Amino acid sequence: MKKLLTTAASIALVSALSISAVAADKLKVGFIYIGPPGDFGWTYQHDQGRQAIDARLGDHAETVFVENVPEGPDAERTITRLARQGAGLIFTTSFGYMDPTLNVAAKFPDVKFEHATGYKRTDNVSTYGARFYEGRYVIGQIAAKMSKSGVAGYIGSFPIPEVVRGINAFLLGAQTVNPDFKLKVVWANSWFDPGREADAAKVLISQGADIITQHTDSTAAVQVAEAQGVYAFGQASDMAAFAPNALLTSIIDNWADYYVDRTQAVLDGSWVSTDTFGGMDTNMVQMGPFVNMPADVKAMAETTTAAITAGELHPFAGPVYKQDGSLAAAEGEVVDLGTLLGMDWYVKGVDDQL
Amino acid sequence: MNKLRKHLELNVQLILEKRPQSSGLMNLFSPLLAIVLTVVVGGLIFAAMGKPPLTALYLYFIDPLTSWWSVEEVLVKAGPLVLIGVGLAVCFKANVWNIGAEGQLTVGALMGAIIPILWGEWQSPLALLAMLCLGALGGALFALIPAWLKTHFGVNEILTSLMLVYIAQLLLDWFVRGPWKDPNGYNFPKSVSFEGWHLLPMWGDGRMHFGLIVSLVAALVLFWIMRHTLKGFEINVVGSAPRAGTFAGFSQTKMVWFCFALSGGLAGLAGLIEVAGPIGQLQPQISPNYGFTAIIVAFLGRLNPLGVIFAGILLAISYIGGEGIQIELGISSKITQMFQGMLLFFILMCDTLILYQLKWISTKPNQPTSGHAS
Amino acid sequence: MSPYEAILLTIITASTPLLLAAIGELVVERSGVLNLGIEGMMVMGAVCGFAAAHVTGSAWLGVIAATFAGIATSLLFGLLTQTLMTNQVATGLAITLLGLGLSGLIGSGFVGLPGVKLANVSIPWLSDLPYVGRLIFGQDPLVYVSIALTAGVAYTLNHTRMGLIIRAVGQNHASAHNLGYRVVAVRYACIAFGGATSGLAGAYLSLVYTPQWIENMTAGRGWIALALVVFSTWIPGRLAAGAYLFGGVWILGLYAQGMGVGIPSQLLSSLPYVATILALVIISTNRRLSLINTPASLGQGFVPDR
Repeated sequence: MKKLLTTAASIALVSALSISAVAADKLKVGFIYIGPPGDFGWTYQHDQGRQAIDARLGDHAETVFVENVPEGPDAERTITRLARQGAGLIFTTSFGYMDPTLNVAAKFPDVKFEHATGYKRTDNVSTYGARFYEGRYVIGQIAAKMSKSGVAGYIGSFPIPEVVRGINAFLLGAQTVNPDFKLKVVWANSWFDPGREADAAKVLISQGADIITQHTDSTAAVQVAEAQGVYAFGQASDMAAFAPNALLTSIIDNWADYYVDRTQAVLDGSWVSTDTFGGMDTNMVQMGPFVNMPADVKAMAETTTAAITAGELHPFAGPVYKQDGSLAAAEGEVVDLGTLLGMDWYVKGVDDQL
Repeated sequence: MNKLRKHLELNVQLILEKRPQSSGLMNLFSPLLAIVLTVVVGGLIFAAMGKPPLTALYLYFIDPLTSWWSVEEVLVKAGPLVLIGVGLAVCFKANVWNIGAEGQLTVGALMGAIIPILWGEWQSPLALLAMLCLGALGGALFALIPAWLKTHFGVNEILTSLMLVYIAQLLLDWFVRGPWKDPNGYNFPKSVSFEGWHLLPMWGDGRMHFGLIVSLVAALVLFWIMRHTLKGFEINVVGSAPRAGTFAGFSQTKMVWFCFALSGGLAGLAGLIEVAGPIGQLQPQISPNYGFTAIIVAFLGRLNPLGVIFAGILLAISYIGGEGIQIELGISSKITQMFQGMLLFFILMCDTLILYQLKWISTKPNQPTSGHAS
Repeated sequence: MSPYEAILLTIITASTPLLLAAIGELVVERSGVLNLGIEGMMVMGAVCGFAAAHVTGSAWLGVIAATFAGIATSLLFGLLTQTLMTNQVATGLAITLLGLGLSGLIGSGFVGLPGVKLANVSIPWLSDLPYVGRLIFGQDPLVYVSIALTAGVAYTLNHTRMGLIIRAVGQNHASAHNLGYRVVAVRYACIAFGGATSGLAGAYLSLVYTPQWIENMTAGRGWIALALVVFSTWIPGRLAAGAYLFGGVWILGLYAQGMGVGIPSQLLSSLPYVATILALVIISTNRRLSLINTPASLGQGFVPDR
């Protein structure tokens, strides 16, 4: 009887080992998302990146994800679970996952972590983010060309540096076309509240804005623009399907190349902790098709995009004046990276106060 | 005997007959029956979604208990749910409807965070004690707003306590984006990280912290109060028969204040424990709706503090198991919310069996409805 | 279109789902039942309405589907509270949770798809009148439905036998029962009506307001609707005024932001909630106002022999 049990146990053990051996052949890549992959915005694009790993490295890597993970203790638990289940590389795709990621990383030194939009790094935690403001600069120029009223409406989520940077870049771009261009800002106090975003868009339009742009994740504002006959821009993903006549272009977050590269690096054993702030040059920031605009505007947008991609044009190249009139960067200078990362001031011309 | 007629059929009536006294057997049996029903219906839903029902149910309910790590995580998740849930259980028992524990939790966390954020240098066990007290005080004071509005103006406390949740969350948002923002945090909405005595003692290599003991003690103390003190008796009387309570000289107004202060204080304490424990700083979102989930916990625990402990653990399992099936089977995280709703649903349904028993009787249609049997 | 017209249109759009959900709940509460599950019924209406409209291509079929989804969800509430005598507060919460979860599962396949918008009414010549054309003759059909329902409920409650029965059941169910009215049946009917209008309110969100399906897209509007019912002191006309007032505060907060006033946006966002609490206080303080229509049996299960 005892022998039988031992045999059974050893069979169980062997089969358990063989399962983990099979699993070990493939690198397990874990993702945690702040929203559902179906938000058609931020999380949607991260999920596209995850699917790119499956598509391009499917023979060597497999992916898993957890959606709707609240920032805080739940994030720490979820990341730990992925690490315990043998993930070799984990992407944590929201700013609020910063400290949880570091806590878990300290307990799992052999697992590689990639945290989006944060600033704390260790030997096994990289950070990555994208220079979306490059795209904002381009749409700012388009907006100033296409606007008749000279006023654009900007729906912000929360006044964090990332969003403030986008507002400033948009206006700096617009001012290259029309120095008197005006920008009205409304804060939705949410990343994702379609009703409120739609209301904000309607209010801005009634206040004279004939261009709507947003740094929130739903497609509601774009739909309102379509219904009311003003122009709009897509955010995070190509939102053309929601506003075929109103959408001028979209700023697309393209994480796919980065995710595939980093996964490949782990497979090759060449992964090291880095800080990536990718832009148009690395294709992390992509512009959607330029549509619904005259050929000269399209040509201008393409020229600007090419110049930024080539590194010839920096959206925050001086002279840049703050809202209070003080000089942030003189002629020939560029607003430095540290200031950009912690940006908490508006450029001159923004009709709002932080 | 009280009788209740339900016109389900013309000639055969399904009667809910009130039991002379609540059934002790059913008292124990009904939560189990509710869980079984939830599991059965849950299995059917999994099957309808084309997922293997048995595997899914195993991953959901059993797997979280199969390793020490996940048991620890279940306890960490259950901690705040139990702490808030016991306060609400007492509240609901007294027929006082505090739906805004989420807001009281938020204000408690804000008040307690005054010490690490404004007096960061004060490092002593007393600082931690002061934080705990301030947390409870903040939650209690915030909860007294609906209590005051109810007793002085007669405003419905369900609505005011709920509206105050949104206000509390916006208040927290303003603090962490404004005055209490970490000066070295690149203007991200986070406070400084708490350090030293501003954090709760932890043990093991997991995340078990002092707050879990607070939850357990709170539940046990409230259990004792409800069973063995005059206050407990008063709560039971006022809750089940308000008029009898008034005759007995119990003040309805005092009861409302007591219940809100108690449940708000415990919710505030739970908020402080979260920020001084697993989170370690203030941030815009400090609770994944613990204050609302605790309402289910209170009911699932049959408004009994000991029952709340088990209910809290069961709900915690549902969260952790929900994550498990997401990773293993790719089932949407929405299933967790669904299961929690179903559980509450079935527990309410089964509770009917404690007070009533089902009987089929045949009758003539249109029988006079007076039932003043004797 | 002038700015004032645009703002009024925006306010009406923001208020209509609140009015729709609240007018049904008003009837439910008049019959003595407190259904806290509005949020759950609304979100079920939103998802079923979107799904039906998307599959069939007809927004009207979506509206019908949403109405039935609301009714079905409300009958679940009725079954528990009226037949099984469960606690109404807890059951309402269960309905909300269940609705939010189930709608997420049903809707997972519909996220990110462009929706079918219910077209606005357009009457030749009238809709193009200056200043008032769009406001009076060019809204979406559900705006008119919400106003008609409000008027209909007001008339029914005050001037018909049916309204009398509903009020009797809500005031004193024991007496109503002794008079021979079928208390439970009346309440079932009222609950179903509440479910239907909540479903309509959901359809308004996913077919008019923002024609798409998004998880949790009701975003707390069901709770606001509940507060409005108390605010209205159970009078339909006051309910409509309250809904438009609330929508007005909501939109004007955004308007103030767009004007660049230097008030923290969190403060502006919290205004509607503060306003609701203040309104509740004012209404409740005035005994004459609040007590006259308050259904005396509100929230109590019907137990005939007590």
